[in-house]
Amino acid sequence: MFLTLTSTTRPATDLGYLLHKHPDRAQSVSVTAGEAHVFYPEATEERCTVGLLVEVDPVALARNKKGHVLGQYVNDRPYAASSMLAVALGKAFRTALAGRCDARRELVERELDLEIHVPALPADGDPALVRGLFEPVGWAVTATPVELDETVPDWGASRYVDLRLAGRQRLQDALSHLYVLIPVLDGGKHYWVGDEEIDKLVRAGGDWLAAHPLRETILRRALAHQRRLVDDATARLLASDDEPTNDEPMADEPVDEAKARPLVALRRDAVLAAVKASGARTVVDVGCGEGSLLRALLDDASYTQILGVDVSPHALATAERHLRLSTMDDRRRERIRLVQSSLTYRDDRLAGFDAMVLMEVVEHLDPPRLPALEDAVFAHARPGTVVLTTPNAEHNIRYDGLAGGGYRHHDHRFEWTRDELRAWADRVAATHGYEVRYTPVGADDPEVGPPTQLAVFTR
Amino acid sequence: MTALAIPSPSLVVLVGVSGSGKSSFATKHFGPYEVVSSDYCRGLVSDDENDQDATKDAFDVLGYIVGKRLERGRLTVVDATNVQPSARRHLLGLAKEHDLLPVAIVLDVPDGVAIERNAGRPDRDFGAGVVKRQSSQLHRSLGHLTKEGFRRVHVLRGVEEIEEATIVREPLLNDRRDEHGPFDVVGDVHGCRSELEALLGQLGYAVVRDDRRRPVDAVPPDGRRAVFLGDLVDRGPDSPGVLRLVMGMVAAGHALCLPGNHENKLVRALSGRQVRISHGLETTLEQLEAESPEFTDQVKEFCDGLVAHLVLDDGRLVVAHAGLKEAYHGRASGRVRSFALYGDTTGETDEFGLPVRYPWAEDYRGRAMVLYGHTPVPETTWVNNTLCLDTGCVFGGRLTALRYPEKELVSVPAERVWYEPVKPLAATTPVREPDQLDIGDVLGKRVVDTAHHGRVTVREEDAAGALEVMSRFALHPRYLPYLPPTMAPVATSRRDDLLEHPDEAFAAYADLGVTSLLCEEKHMGSRAVVFVRDDDGGGPGAVYTRTGRSFFEPEVTASLLGQVRDAVSGAGLWDELATDWLLLDAELLPWSAKAEGLLREQYAATGSAARSVLTPAVAALETARARGVDVGALADRTVARRTDAAAFTDVYRRYCWPTDGSQGVLLAPFQVLASAGRTWADREHPWHLDVADRLAAQDPGLFRATRRLVVDTGDPASRDAGVTWWEELTADGGEGMVVKPLANLTRTPKGLVQPGLKVRGREYLRLIYGPDYTRPEHLSRLKDRHLQHKRSLALREYALGLEALDRYVAGEPLWRVHEAVFAVLALESEPVDPRL
Repeated sequence: MFLTLTSTTRPATDLGYLLHKHPDRAQSVSVTAGEAHVFYPEATEERCTVGLLVEVDPVALARNKKGHVLGQYVNDRPYAASSMLAVALGKAFRTALAGRCDARRELVERELDLEIHVPALPADGDPALVRGLFEPVGWAVTATPVELDETVPDWGASRYVDLRLAGRQRLQDALSHLYVLIPVLDGGKHYWVGDEEIDKLVRAGGDWLAAHPLRETILRRALAHQRRLVDDATARLLASDDEPTNDEPMADEPVDEAKARPLVALRRDAVLAAVKASGARTVVDVGCGEGSLLRALLDDASYTQILGVDVSPHALATAERHLRLSTMDDRRRERIRLVQSSLTYRDDRLAGFDAMVLMEVVEHLDPPRLPALEDAVFAHARPGTVVLTTPNAEHNIRYDGLAGGGYRHHDHRFEWTRDELRAWADRVAATHGYEVRYTPVGADDPEVGPPTQLAVFTR
Repeated sequence: MTALAIPSPSLVVLVGVSGSGKSSFATKHFGPYEVVSSDYCRGLVSDDENDQDATKDAFDVLGYIVGKRLERGRLTVVDATNVQPSARRHLLGLAKEHDLLPVAIVLDVPDGVAIERNAGRPDRDFGAGVVKRQSSQLHRSLGHLTKEGFRRVHVLRGVEEIEEATIVREPLLNDRRDEHGPFDVVGDVHGCRSELEALLGQLGYAVVRDDRRRPVDAVPPDGRRAVFLGDLVDRGPDSPGVLRLVMGMVAAGHALCLPGNHENKLVRALSGRQVRISHGLETTLEQLEAESPEFTDQVKEFCDGLVAHLVLDDGRLVVAHAGLKEAYHGRASGRVRSFALYGDTTGETDEFGLPVRYPWAEDYRGRAMVLYGHTPVPETTWVNNTLCLDTGCVFGGRLTALRYPEKELVSVPAERVWYEPVKPLAATTPVREPDQLDIGDVLGKRVVDTAHHGRVTVREEDAAGALEVMSRFALHPRYLPYLPPTMAPVATSRRDDLLEHPDEAFAAYADLGVTSLLCEEKHMGSRAVVFVRDDDGGGPGAVYTRTGRSFFEPEVTASLLGQVRDAVSGAGLWDELATDWLLLDAELLPWSAKAEGLLREQYAATGSAARSVLTPAVAALETARARGVDVGALADRTVARRTDAAAFTDVYRRYCWPTDGSQGVLLAPFQVLASAGRTWADREHPWHLDVADRLAAQDPGLFRATRRLVVDTGDPASRDAGVTWWEELTADGGEGMVVKPLANLTRTPKGLVQPGLKVRGREYLRLIYGPDYTRPEHLSRLKDRHLQHKRSLALREYALGLEALDRYVAGEPLWRVHEAVFAVLALESEPVDPRL
């Protein structure tokens, strides 16, 4: 990891006083998993440049807190600017960042003509965001995309930009900008950096952050999206299959829905209404995810037995936390259970319920596995009512990002048109002795239908 | 002396007052674990065998123990007074729940004897009144025991009779485990005497006739025996003729016979009971009119004496007319008999008015093969190691037999439609997939028995992780008969500048006495299993990854498999291996075909960030050095890091080239895993590579041959040649080689030997350990690799993979194959250093 900062305000060598680092000596401080070196490639009256080079220990970096070697053991952390670089900057230039310069107090308030170079700044393919972050605080921004591999031009640009900033700033402010905004661009992947340090970064924003037009984005990306490297069995398996370990949270619909009530809420309401109308007392929610529907079911005392089912142990653990099962009072607690299962297998534990909910589930199955779902649900579990929702593919052209094709979620294996759902559901219902009716969820567009389709099977 | 016959297993309930000598009797005649005593259970829960306050809890414990024993089919003796009907009712309920026969043995001693005995025991402080009360309860009960449900009641009166009694254990009537066959199991005959004669003829039986030319016996070939699955009678043209033949065969010891629901009804009709004369019973009764009364009596006696199911061949084969679920094998109760005769019904009827049958076979997970008839099917289909042999002869179908243990089907067509079926035969197509798997087949802690490496345990949390991946990404288990095991790397090299070197691989095998080795070039691609068929009749085939997901969209897979099939045909392998399908273990190239996302997001990104950062960093350091700042060591290190980053980039680039659909994809097969009826794990590696060469010769555009070198560890020159070969392979970034025992599957007295050890190249390992892992300060720490867990996983997964293949080629049910395949995936999810 490397960056340089240059002052061209004469005498430029005052930078040495401000940074509390002598221009003719290279110095080192130790930081998490490595060492930060400070040296001056140039130091003249006209122009003085300080370089911060962080050497990290890749052997130590490959291990997580438990000492396990991570799936992504080879990664860009030793090179790309990240929250680790910000932390090193904070440590190497602590006094300057605090606005102290005991030797030359008057320098602190002086604005300098500064140039900053961050050669590999991750920008998640969004150079506009880089400009949006630095321009409002007074920098002229040049963000040049870095090529991924010149021998494979098809791959295009990498997620990094070569960032150059120029502006007239107090040094303390310039450092503070880097200190706060570099982690923001790292997309919240603050691996190997503790939570307290992230808090510290955000606090360092002080006045300028309060007035920043992207303040919300900055805080959200720095704090709210703190993600851990997932180290569970599923992640290990995906890594073993040469899949990039995807620790992105499951995104939902394209966001332009939010005008009135978000689709996710409309859909939950529609499902709850359908379950309620069926008169069910016992309900199984298959693909319960993190448990938002379960919570609503729990709040209705007429449901005496609720079973949450998901194939992901990770999702179930989150649901357990979100629902606060461990501290729930006994009377509520005994109404709900969570179990891991999969619709590609029969499961006796899912049998005997009045109603089963399959909310946004079927489209996550490869089409050749649908007969297994059909068997597990309609032949084996045979609930009195099945409430199923799935996207309406016809509606996708109403979404900005999907007008040209594609699915609403990266894990969707298919999305059905209204006719396709009907063809499948009518046949399944006829085969297994159910009747099925269909209801739109969300605004029923006269041309392309509603965003979500809901089918209720009864027998 | 009284010999008391006790069916075994069964529940034996001792009945007698306190002091009647039950415990001594039990100890004398039964094993220590067979006897469960209420006194002992009182002690278990209260520390005092005579604490009457603990009675309720003690009986809870007693009931639990008895229940578990009965569930496991163990003979169990309850040593308690059992003089009250309520106590006995509890035990009778347990016997019924587990479908075993309850037996009562009453020890009836004079009250005085019991009182005197109790008086002699200081721990029993209750008085004579208790004994007298118990005695009166006992005598009130005596007449009712059989009515209560005890299938046998033995009453021993007086001390002497008790003293002299002996116990004779009798196996249950269905227990014929000592009959080993071989058998010819025949489906529903329904009076089709002529077809039965023809079938027996085909099976090699010599039919014996009486002076009226009527068949009265059939002599089986060399030690075989026929087994008739019931429903000999009704609907067909000559039920008496069939009975005469089968009764003769049974009498001569040439056949075993089970009753069907039609025999059951016939017996009731012949006994003069009220039955509805329908479903073909009318034809049988009419045909019997022409027979002598003596013959009809014999028929009645014969059919009445038939046992509803039989357990044969050490428990490996179970036969019953309508099949039998596992919990009922070797059990005796009304509901077991009813299941065996009528099957499991849902209580509903279909549109033809016939009972809807519960598909018990789909849930069947037992190890015993179950053969049955009862439900006519157009074609026989194995479902979880069970087979229905009723192919509807009387309805114009066929009469079918299965040769056991060969599993060969033999059948003859019906001469005509003898009886119009209520619903057409073909209309029985099941709605459900017969091989649907149950969550219980995979979830939770599991132990898989493997032929080559004993019992392999799968941890619950690993199974949970594997379930998610298997469900969300993998192909249908039907197309997933195998997952490849992980491979252990060679022991860490003792050379300072290397992590891996061939020396350690040669030494590791030499230490085990495995001296003849084959070094195979390791193609850096993605591990691929190729399942190809010689036509599309059996399904589409598959090309899948080590976690069971398809590499390509269905159309691309189909086109790739088309090419593979052509090459296999061209090489003449279908005939040579006598098969219509092949399962190949291979490497699929380029790596970027599957791992492009990983290459871009992880490897190329790392290289790009490194170049972007290190070039200006080196320049800045040089500038600083030029003006006299002491950055010497840092500058040197940074230059070295830049060089390392460039080397890293060079390595991954070797493994990327553009592909379009199957265009540009290469396959390097290195092992024929299995083909119809057999695996090839014991065939030496050169044979496998020869097959690969022949495929490459057929289609060089698709197949890449694998370079190899034989090494004899006893010959220093040969070892050196192996090292030189490896050095050449890896000098410019080649992945390396795998060292394998030349003979393939190898065992030593210490057990299964690693099927291969990978020896990866120094440059290649930059992709694994990072661009600058070769720097001494990193390398010295990386040498501490903890290989043991990886090796153990590699061996266990290897054994599971072999097990899956063995089960698959033996035609075992899907759940059995899937169990082993799933276990490989579960083990793969164990936390182990992914760089190994």
